[in-house]
Amino acid sequence: MDSGAAARATSAVSSIPRDQDGPVFRAPWEAQAFAMALTLHDRGVFTWPEWAAALADQIKRAQAAGDPDTGETYYQHWLATLEHLVAAKGVTTHETLHRYRDAWDHAADRTPHGQPIELVPGDFR
Amino acid sequence: MSEHDHHHHDHDHSELSETELRVRALESILTEKGYVEAAALDAIVQAYETKIGPHNGARVVAKAWTDPAFKQALLEDASKAVGTLGHVSRVGDHLVAIENTTGRHNMVVCTLCSCYPWEMLGLPPVWYKASPYRSRAVKDPRGVLADFGVSLPKETEIRVWDSTAETRFLVLPMRPAGTEGWSEDQLAELVTRDSMIGTGFPKTPGAPS
Repeated sequence: MDSGAAARATSAVSSIPRDQDGPVFRAPWEAQAFAMALTLHDRGVFTWPEWAAALADQIKRAQAAGDPDTGETYYQHWLATLEHLVAAKGVTTHETLHRYRDAWDHAADRTPHGQPIELVPGDFR
Repeated sequence: MSEHDHHHHDHDHSELSETELRVRALESILTEKGYVEAAALDAIVQAYETKIGPHNGARVVAKAWTDPAFKQALLEDASKAVGTLGHVSRVGDHLVAIENTTGRHNMVVCTLCSCYPWEMLGLPPVWYKASPYRSRAVKDPRGVLADFGVSLPKETEIRVWDSTAETRFLVLPMRPAGTEGWSEDQLAELVTRDSMIGTGFPKTPGAPS
């Protein structure tokens, strides 16, 4: 990957959890969410200052609603920011996000353990 | 991840947490619309493979090598034993540690779903998720191991463990010779991810890392 892209992200978004080498993640999905933001930024969907403001806003709202802000929920806020921004930028809609979320749930339900979970048209119902 | 994030595990079908469902939903939409490529996302994630999760497996193995009581507890109930280590974060239930001996080598397959103990091991290697690995590992474990440069004496039995949603396996490799008197920290440096899924050995003392 372009390590410069990640470095620019971490310097523009100072809250990203990191060690001396760069970002660190608590779980694989956190890295996936990070990678999606990096890619969308590269595609020009948002700028880092725009992202940082949206994320800060998301965190502020979560704290007002009682989020403990221990760092454990950082990427939950990150994911919520992604969902918010892709809808705000007209990439997709909240309705579509929900529809795909439900479809993945159906896909997991019908997939025997140990098989790769894949989305098929029949999962949208 | 927080506790409420997990669905309870069912026996025969796959499970995705609420968060994973949302991540997958987003990724599918972005891929379909041409904003991202799955391979490019994978490459970014893979670049951070050593930065994901607490990677506490090596520490657990090193402790088992130096502390017989811990080792016994680990083999009896790995989730519970790991939970007693203050510096190691919580692992899921149903973690089972299986011990390699001179008579038996263990190897673990299945990782296409959430059964892989990434908290212990970090991300699975890419090849591990490929279906040819899984089917060949069951049919011809010795051949698969040979591909990884692992050769075992003919008389060593090879046992292949297929993870299920209920059970996740951690291989307890044999302690390398020449490490008498080593500290846990030193020993932990020798423990590789592949040695904990049974497709490799721990590093040899003195060998370049």
